[in-house]
Parts: sequence; structure tokens; C-alpha cells
Amino acid sequence: MKLAYWMYNGPAHIGTLRIASSFKNVHAIMHAPLGDDYFNVMRSMLERKREFTPVTTSIVDRHVLARGSQDKVVNNIIRKDKEDNPDLIILTPTCTSSILQEDLHNFAKRAAIETESADVLLADVNHYRVNEFQAADRTLSQIVKLYLQKAKKENVEFIKTEAPSVNIIGSVDLAFHNNHDMLELKKLFKELNININLILPQDCLVNQLKTLPKAWINIVPYREIGLSTAEWLKEEFDMPYVSTAPMGICEIANFIREIETILNNAGQNVDFADYIDTQTRFISQSAWFSKSIDCQNLTGKRVVVFGDATHAAAMTKILAREMGIKVILAGTYCINEKEWFEAEVKDFCEQIVITNDHNLVGDLIAQSEPSAIFGTQMERHIGKRLNIPCGVISTPVHIQNFPLSYRPFLGYEGANQIADLIYNSFTLGMEDHLLEIFGGHDTREILSAKLSTDMDTQWSKEASAELEKIPGFVRGKVKRNTEKFAKENGISIVTLEVIYSAKEAVGS
Amino acid sequence: MSTEISELKFDCETGNYHTFCPISCVAWLYQKIEDSFFLVIGTKTCGYFLQNALGVMVFAEPRYAMAELEEGDISAQLNDYAELKRLCLKIKRDRNPSVIIWIGTCTTEIIKIDLEGIAPKLELEIGTPIVVARANGLDYAFTQGEDTVLAALAQRLPTAALTPTDVPKLILFGSVPNSTVNQLSLELKKQEIEIAGWLPTAQYNELPTVNPNDYVCGVNPYLSRTATTLLRRRKCKLICAPFPIGPDGTRHWIEKICSVHNKKPVGLEERESAAWKSLEKYTNLIKGKSVFFMGDNLLEISLARFLIKCGMTVDEIGIPYLDKRYQGAELALLEKTCREQKVQLPRIVEKPDNYNQLGRIAKLQPDLVITGMANANPLEARGINTKWSVEFTFSQIHGFTNAADILELVTRPLRRNNALDNLGWTNYNTTQKFT
Repeated sequence: MKLAYWMYNGPAHIGTLRIASSFKNVHAIMHAPLGDDYFNVMRSMLERKREFTPVTTSIVDRHVLARGSQDKVVNNIIRKDKEDNPDLIILTPTCTSSILQEDLHNFAKRAAIETESADVLLADVNHYRVNEFQAADRTLSQIVKLYLQKAKKENVEFIKTEAPSVNIIGSVDLAFHNNHDMLELKKLFKELNININLILPQDCLVNQLKTLPKAWINIVPYREIGLSTAEWLKEEFDMPYVSTAPMGICEIANFIREIETILNNAGQNVDFADYIDTQTRFISQSAWFSKSIDCQNLTGKRVVVFGDATHAAAMTKILAREMGIKVILAGTYCINEKEWFEAEVKDFCEQIVITNDHNLVGDLIAQSEPSAIFGTQMERHIGKRLNIPCGVISTPVHIQNFPLSYRPFLGYEGANQIADLIYNSFTLGMEDHLLEIFGGHDTREILSAKLSTDMDTQWSKEASAELEKIPGFVRGKVKRNTEKFAKENGISIVTLEVIYSAKEAVGS
Repeated sequence: MSTEISELKFDCETGNYHTFCPISCVAWLYQKIEDSFFLVIGTKTCGYFLQNALGVMVFAEPRYAMAELEEGDISAQLNDYAELKRLCLKIKRDRNPSVIIWIGTCTTEIIKIDLEGIAPKLELEIGTPIVVARANGLDYAFTQGEDTVLAALAQRLPTAALTPTDVPKLILFGSVPNSTVNQLSLELKKQEIEIAGWLPTAQYNELPTVNPNDYVCGVNPYLSRTATTLLRRRKCKLICAPFPIGPDGTRHWIEKICSVHNKKPVGLEERESAAWKSLEKYTNLIKGKSVFFMGDNLLEISLARFLIKCGMTVDEIGIPYLDKRYQGAELALLEKTCREQKVQLPRIVEKPDNYNQLGRIAKLQPDLVITGMANANPLEARGINTKWSVEFTFSQIHGFTNAADILELVTRPLRRNNALDNLGWTNYNTTQKFT
């Protein structure tokens, strides 16, 4: 057993469900007890989706446990097939139900005989050995394999598109600024005159998957989810892939150059050097911004970076190489990406940490006293406690990762956005500092003191205690209303009862 | 509006429905019992739920944690006793709580960790009381988690040495905020009824004493196991009353408590009518409107009864679990209220099937759907007003004073959508209406 207060990464079934719900017309059946199905809440609330989340829980209760769940699971699959006519139904247990060691493969097989429109697939994931990202990566490649092997059997001809084209693998529900990243990638490829063959899994139909091999290159912007699909496609269909995240001016250039090389090896004659130069020097603002006078204040600043492997590595490089900021510590909670991460950041930081223990990260931050942190929601809170500003650059996912305004992290606009994020983090830090020197502009106490001196009402001990329990931001209002009520009713001492009566009276 | 009166109809769909996990109770109970530490013994799935879906923050000095079961625990390679001892000693050293409450989960049920067997031995060894509650999703829904904790605490209540002059005491059970405790206590004080204690208390060491024949009464409709434990194990007498939710429920609750104390309520009717008077600005808004409960927190029957009294009609009361004995007085009041208001008795659906319910909602087009969070945005996108059921769990809704807060919640979508319409921005296009 592990004493745990907080997690950087969700359980495996969340990863599987993120893939299932990203596809169009795919339904997931979750074999789980009541309460394990909070994925639907997360997706509906965080992404503010208008459609019902295509995940149904086949509930395991005491009764089902006693009888075995085969009939219930199979019936729920068949029922969903009839109700929604999905193309594919994915069956997944959770940590809990996977211990039952039922033959879910057999459940899926049995259900598949009776479904009319849907294929049935059991997500093949070990719920105690892999995390959310690994499960998502694995489920995605499982689905891709299923449909491409099917296409092979049906002797579908895989002919390349006439003009250069790419697949983008890694557009997933409940990811970090993903929708905006995808728009940015689309724009980038349009400007490079490269067609997009397929984006998956978001809004992709499973029967479109057979067209995957038509593309020239697979693009994996985030290595956590999509890399094994790209690797399999390379093995099986000899499709090259690019797994450099186009985040920050330098990496965008590397990303484009990799594509250029692949296209030229395939007999094209493209040269993107001018495009990169124009974008970097004239279109994107971030390179110039880094040189501008504003950024002189960043000289000698020391920061800590922590997040998923993709974002933490990219941010480390941007901070060190593009902004001239000293990264004293770079780390990731993606433990399985250890080797890759170390190789990526070793030249850009003083220390590397690979851990999923947020206490350790907190201690390291406290010890190193950076001037800013770029991390997850957890580091943001650590920063709040230590009074160190923090820019959020990575999941765990949070409602703030679904802004209405355009906030990509990838591409040239992403580079602008990141530069703003970095600069504003520090500016706020300095503002805090100045506020401290001048005593701040918090005048709450003075205000409430003035307002209550107008009244001669006294408060009983219990009533004062009750008032203290009311949250600070409304306490003043409650106090004023109660005293007003007391005055109107000729009451000189506010007791508990007077508070409640006042509340009722104000409500009417 | 139909005036046909029939019997209360109970269905059990045994469908695929959603509620929050019963371990949610940790979120409010650790705040209520201030010297406690809650240890949820479960998997990553449980932990991610508490952190993510419930949005519970553990950033500053948390008084609850997960004992995360790993592969070695599941395959029984590790000794449960030794593992729990290690964690509890650490908790004791770091936080020194007065009580450690173990929250069992689905996983501890399935792998059959003998929590009840381990706790007494470990408690002796480490010198901190350990209370075991099996708040698992195999047996319970959402708010019933509180029931499992209070039922476990009920067994721990001390007994008092009695003198011949002692009369049976009154103990109330149900976790409500301290100000609600004060309000309900005041109401009973007006009737010259003293509450001897509440379960739970802010301090574990201040749990009330109970003796056989003491009176106990619940304030929350989801506490049937706690009631049973007090009744059977502690030989208390249960006052089965409607719950003190809404002025009508509160009045009946006080009346019932008065009646067992052989007291005639004083000024209670005036108190109730004054409360209704202060609610008029809300009741005028909802009179004649319909509401559909998808079912989530087991507050559904009480809320439906109150809203019917306010003049609403209820299409369906979905509820995850209904104990017809513990909720007996509440069900009787629901029936009586419907007859008084001359409205159709609502259909009560236990363990509803959410998919079927969405079909019924599409057909009935209720004015308001009270639902879990997963379905709220999609229903809003289909032009159906919704209110999150969890808001009623996390708001103060008991007693005369807080009835306004219930209606504040219920009327908010109606008021807001009316306000948005009146602002005129939905007429940005002359042919299309924004929904």
C-alpha cells in the first residue's frame, strides 16, 4: 500500500475512455461498480460537451457479483448496439472490476455475435501496471490495428495520396489545450502546402482508419499518446513518423526540417528554410520579444519545470534556449519516459527529476527557491504556499485547460502564447513583490471597521463565533444586514437566533 | 394539470445509472469531524475520483489520504495488517488525529481485506481509535457513504451511568454544518426540548452517550443503516418523522419529536406560515411548473415533497435506493401533500436507467431536471433547464431558515434563463432562436 494524497496521472481506464469518447460513433461500456463512472462527469464538465458522453456503465453490484456479470455485460453491449448503432463498442473494466478476473475477452466475443452494427473490442490493458497515458496509447493502437488488419484481410489497396499528406495522431479528449493545438497544426500544414489525410482519434470514424496508410508521414505531437500507433504503422506499412513536438521556435524549426527531409527522401523537392526564417523573424513575435528590452528583467532568473514528458521537455528548452532563463530543475512524472526525457533536457538544466511523488517535487522547489515555476496544478498550489508564481504547462487536466480564447501551445501562435505565459508569470511575481513593499491594497479591515462603528449593536459570544464561521467575502454583508435587522426590530444584542431571523427576513 | 389521484407508484428499473461514489462522504465528514483522519483504502480509480471529479483539494495539511492498493496488495503478496500498520503509524506521527476512520471500497470488498478484523488489534497496538466504514459502490450510492460512517460511529457511542431519575435523552443523527445544528437546536429549544447530543460531533471524544430507550431521530433521509444500528444494537427508540427539509417537513419533524415528548407544539403553525410567507417571491416563480428528479443523493423524496407543497408538479422521482421504512413518514407526507395540492402522485423509480430517463425527459419536457453533473450540459444544450443534484448535498437545506436556499437553487436556472431572454441578446438573429 502507498500513502497517496494526490496523483499526476489518472488510472488506466480513464485513458481507454478518453480514446473511446474521442472517436465519432464509438461507444464504451464500462464494467464497474457505481461511482467508478466519473469519467462522464469530467468530460461533460471540463470540456462543456453538448453531447452525452458515449460511455455507459454496466453496474457491478452485490447481486451481479454473486451471479457473475457475463449476462449483464453482454446484454448491455447488445442493447447499446440497438440504441445507438455505434460502429465500435469498447469494453473496459476498472482497477476494481479487473480483479474479478472474469473472461472479458469471452464476454466481448459472445456479444459480438449478436451485435448488428458494432464491432466489439476489449481494451487490453493491465490496470495495475499502466497509467492513464499508457492505457490511452495502447487502446488507440489496438483500435488502429483492428481496422487495418481487417482492411488487409479485405485486400484494401493502400495507395499514397498524390500530393504529400500527413496523419496527425494525438487529438484526444481531456488533453491539455488540445483543440487549439490542432487548429495551429492545421494552419502550419496548410502554409507548408501539405494536406492532412486524417486526424485521430478526435471526430474520426473507425471506418476511416483504413485510409491511414495513404498519408506520407505520421505526426505525433505528444509522445505520451500516439507513439505506439506510429511505431506500428512504421513497422507494418513502412510509414515514417515525426515525434518532435513543435513547441517553441527552435523545435518548430526542427519539426519542419524533419518533415522536409522525409519528403525529399520520398522524391519531393521542397525547401522550407525561407518559411521557417520568415515565421521566426517576422511573423511570430516570440523571438523578437525575447530580445526586446522588456525581457532584460528575465536575466539570471532561475526556474523549475515539471510536467508530462512532452510539455516539460519543450518548456525546459524554450526557457533555457529561447528566453535565456536558468532552469535549475526539470522533471516529469512520466516515469516510463525517463531515458527520452533525460536525453532531451540534459543540456538545458542543472538537475533532472523523474518522479510521481508531488511531495518530493514540493520539497525540491522549496529548497531551490526559484523565481518562478512552470508545472501542473499541483506546482501552482505549491507555488501559492511558497509565494512563488507558477505558469501551468501540463496536465493533470483542469477546467482552465479549456479556455474559450485561443491559447495553443504548439506552432508559432503557441510560441507567442508561451512567451506571454512566461513573461506574465514573472511580472506577476514582481507585482507581488512591489505590493509587499507598499503594504498591499487590501483595505478589507478598514472598511468593515468603519461600517460597524455606525451601529451600537452588541454581539453575543455565540453569535460572534457564528459570524466568524461565515466566509470572509460575505461576512461583512451578513454583519451589516443582521445589525440593520436588529436596529429595525429594536434588538440591542445580536444572538444566534437574531442572525437566523435576519437571514429569513432578508430572504423575504 | 391532472387532478387524478392514485396510489404512490414504485418501480425498480435496476438500470445503468450514475451517482458519485459513496467515498465522497469523506469530503464533508473530514471537515465536520475536526480531529479525524480519513484513510480511503482503495485503488487509483478511487483516488483520482476524490481529486478530480469531486475537486477536493488536498493541498494544505490534508486530513485524509488514500491507502493506494498496488499489485502486491491485490495478489495478497503483502500482509494487510503490516501495510495498514505502517501507514497508520505514519499518519499518527504526522497528524496525531483523535480517530482514524478507514473507508473500505469496492476493492477491499472484492479482495476481502478483513478491515473489521484488523482494526481492533491495530487500534490497541498504536493507541489511536480506528473506525471502519465500508463505503463501497457495490452496496451503496453517493450520500450513503455518510450512513456507513455514522453507523460505524454509532457502535462506538459511549453509554452513561444512569440514575433512577434519568429520563430518556434525545440524540439527533446526520452530518449538517454547525450553523444548521444551532438552528435546529433553537427550534426544539422553543418547544422546551433539549437535544442531548448529535452524531457526529466536531470532536471524536465528544460523541454523545446513548443508553437503551434513548430517543434518536435522523435529519438526513439517507441514514437508514445508522437508524437500524441505533435501533437494534443500541436499543434506542427511533422517531420516524419526515425530514426537516422545507417549512412543511421541518414543522412535521418538530411535531413528531414533540409528540413523543408529550408536548404540544407552541407557535409552530405561525412559525411555518411565516416561513412560507418569506418564500413567496420564489414560490410565485415555480407554481405550476414541473420538475424531474433523475436520482442521485437520496434527498429526492424530501425535495419533491417540498416542491410539490410549493406548487410544482413532479414527473418522476428517480432515487438510487429507497428504504421504505426509514423514509416511511416522509413517503406518507409526500402522499398527503399531493392529495392536498390535488396533483398526480409521482412515479418513484429506484435504481433508474439513465438512458430510459432521458427518453422520458425528451417526451415530458419538464421545466426543470435535477440531475447529476454528467448529464447537465447535454440537457441544457437540448433546451432543458437543469440543476445539479450535488448542490443540494453541499448546501444548507435543513430547517425553516434554509428553505429559501433550496428555492434559491431551484429557481436559479429559471430566473437566469428568463433574465437572459429579457436582455434580448438571444434575438441577435431574426430567424433563428438561440437555444
